[in-house]
Amino acid sequence: MAFLELTNIYKSFGNFTAVDNFNLQVQKGEFVSFLGPSGCGKTTTLRMVAGFEKPTSGMIKIDDADMTYTPPNQRNVGMVFQSYALFPNMTVAGNIGFGLKIAKKSATEIKKRVEEMLALIHLPAFGDRYPYQLSGGQQQRVALARALAIQPQVLLLDEPLSALDAKIRLELRSEIRRIQQELGITTIYVTHDQEEALSLSDRIVVMSAGKMEQVGPPFEIYNFPRTPFVASFVGTLNQLQCKVVDAPKGILAHNGQHLTTTSPVEVPNGAAVRVMLRPEELHLGHYEGENQLTGQVETVTFLGSIVRMKVDLGDTTVTLDALNERKLNLPQVGQSQTVSFPPHACWVMPEA
Amino acid sequence: MKRGSFWAWFWIGLGALYFLLPLVGTFIFSLRAKRGTLSFLAYENVFNDPKFWETFGFSALMAGLTIIISLLLIVPTAYWVQLRLPRLRPIVELVTLMPFVIPTIVLVFGLIRLYSRPPFALTNNAMTTNILLVAGYVVLSLPYMYRAVDTGLRAIDVRTLTEAAQSLGAGWPTILFQVIFPNVRVALLSGAFLTFAIVIGEFVLASFLARPAFAPYMALLGQNKAYEPAALSIISLALTWALIGLIQYIGRGQQGRSQLAGTH
Repeated sequence: MAFLELTNIYKSFGNFTAVDNFNLQVQKGEFVSFLGPSGCGKTTTLRMVAGFEKPTSGMIKIDDADMTYTPPNQRNVGMVFQSYALFPNMTVAGNIGFGLKIAKKSATEIKKRVEEMLALIHLPAFGDRYPYQLSGGQQQRVALARALAIQPQVLLLDEPLSALDAKIRLELRSEIRRIQQELGITTIYVTHDQEEALSLSDRIVVMSAGKMEQVGPPFEIYNFPRTPFVASFVGTLNQLQCKVVDAPKGILAHNGQHLTTTSPVEVPNGAAVRVMLRPEELHLGHYEGENQLTGQVETVTFLGSIVRMKVDLGDTTVTLDALNERKLNLPQVGQSQTVSFPPHACWVMPEA
Repeated sequence: MKRGSFWAWFWIGLGALYFLLPLVGTFIFSLRAKRGTLSFLAYENVFNDPKFWETFGFSALMAGLTIIISLLLIVPTAYWVQLRLPRLRPIVELVTLMPFVIPTIVLVFGLIRLYSRPPFALTNNAMTTNILLVAGYVVLSLPYMYRAVDTGLRAIDVRTLTEAAQSLGAGWPTILFQVIFPNVRVALLSGAFLTFAIVIGEFVLASFLARPAFAPYMALLGQNKAYEPAALSIISLALTWALIGLIQYIGRGQQGRSQLAGTH
């Protein structure tokens, strides 16, 4: 039995369908991310779990209790917002203790719990400060502590790191995961940042235009995308237009050059297919037993730990990444180069 | 550069004279109650007049009631418009501007006409007439109060704060009194001070409803005495300025806070 169940959820605003047949079962203690571009319905779905929006149809169950139409203040669901939303008139301790005060806990109990929470977010001496005296990252930690203080059944995070700068974002990202695992709290995390979703989640729900595109663990989402949208949205991707030469043997042709894949292709010979390749699976030079394509080096961009190159293959340009090494010989722009990739790197999709 | 700066100062000086000369004139005149010397006699006369304290006390009490009722009426309305009915905003703004369009004299005749006979014979005794008076003041202060409150609410993220409080289990009264009210405190105070100033200086309503308010007292004094009305004008001016100064003072504290908050 799943802990959080969303069944056949639809949500429309007038004629616009924001969420279209959303079905998800989240296990207790699981960390699930909703990933997608803005306007894909991820935040709307999260807000329905929080109770701020009511689904047009469908059912939301938490721990087997129907919560579909329960008002947000009776749900016991913790929420963290992109804009922190700390109460400016209350101290940090006041903010964290707010939910407990409403639950009519005793003063000593509130004090104890607030101290626990402050220790959890590594800000033990900050109880007497006001939100305006904290940095953005600290404010968001306090917001997290405030949401967790009421011991919610489900923790919801709505793009909590989007307003922070890159370094703090990374720091807080691992903090969130640590705290989530420490407390074993069922968590839903909304983001448009694929890196966040990939690094944090037990499972990712990729959404587009109100629909679920794919649900699965990060490794599966990244390496085995099931739809062209998932393939192109998650990570950088090269796409080659190919024709099927020998479907059972998995042989394709790109601009007259043959490519092999590891598995049979499930479309007839002569059909057009698209081969998806991750930049990190491509390398420059001739490698025995791999597919080879030749082209001209278009750009070489040094990014620190990786070097990103673009190679013009005639009909399309592919991006490939090489890990930086001191002994690396960077190719010259305009040089003719062979691009190699193993058969197992090819992810074949029918032409859309 | 020098030329421009000269003319700038010239116009500022001219403007200052235009505003200050009558004030200075009134002030000097108010000091002349005793022939041949400058003295505060007129002020003493004013402060020694029990009528002054009575009418001022009455008006202050009415102002207090007006402020409380206005706040209870306008804060939840403005809050709800901001949160749930943003499309109604133009209509609500239009309604709040009505007191500028409809003269007070029309309002007071309307009130008297409607409430001087059964079933709502409110003008028959002082207590119920005071209710009418306060109701009228609430209408008159509506534009100022609504604008002040609305500005305050726009400055905070009402929706997210409300949702944050809701997700922590808070109901509407808790959200309003513990989250929204304290965070628009400065806006509420400036609305309250403006209302106070309006009520203290309002003549038509109080006069036609025949209540012992401050403005009719001032008018009466103006008809019968020479120096005391001038003194009274200066007193009420000082009071208004003190209130404006108070708004500025409290507002400055808030600004410092929001600037600090901008450091993330």
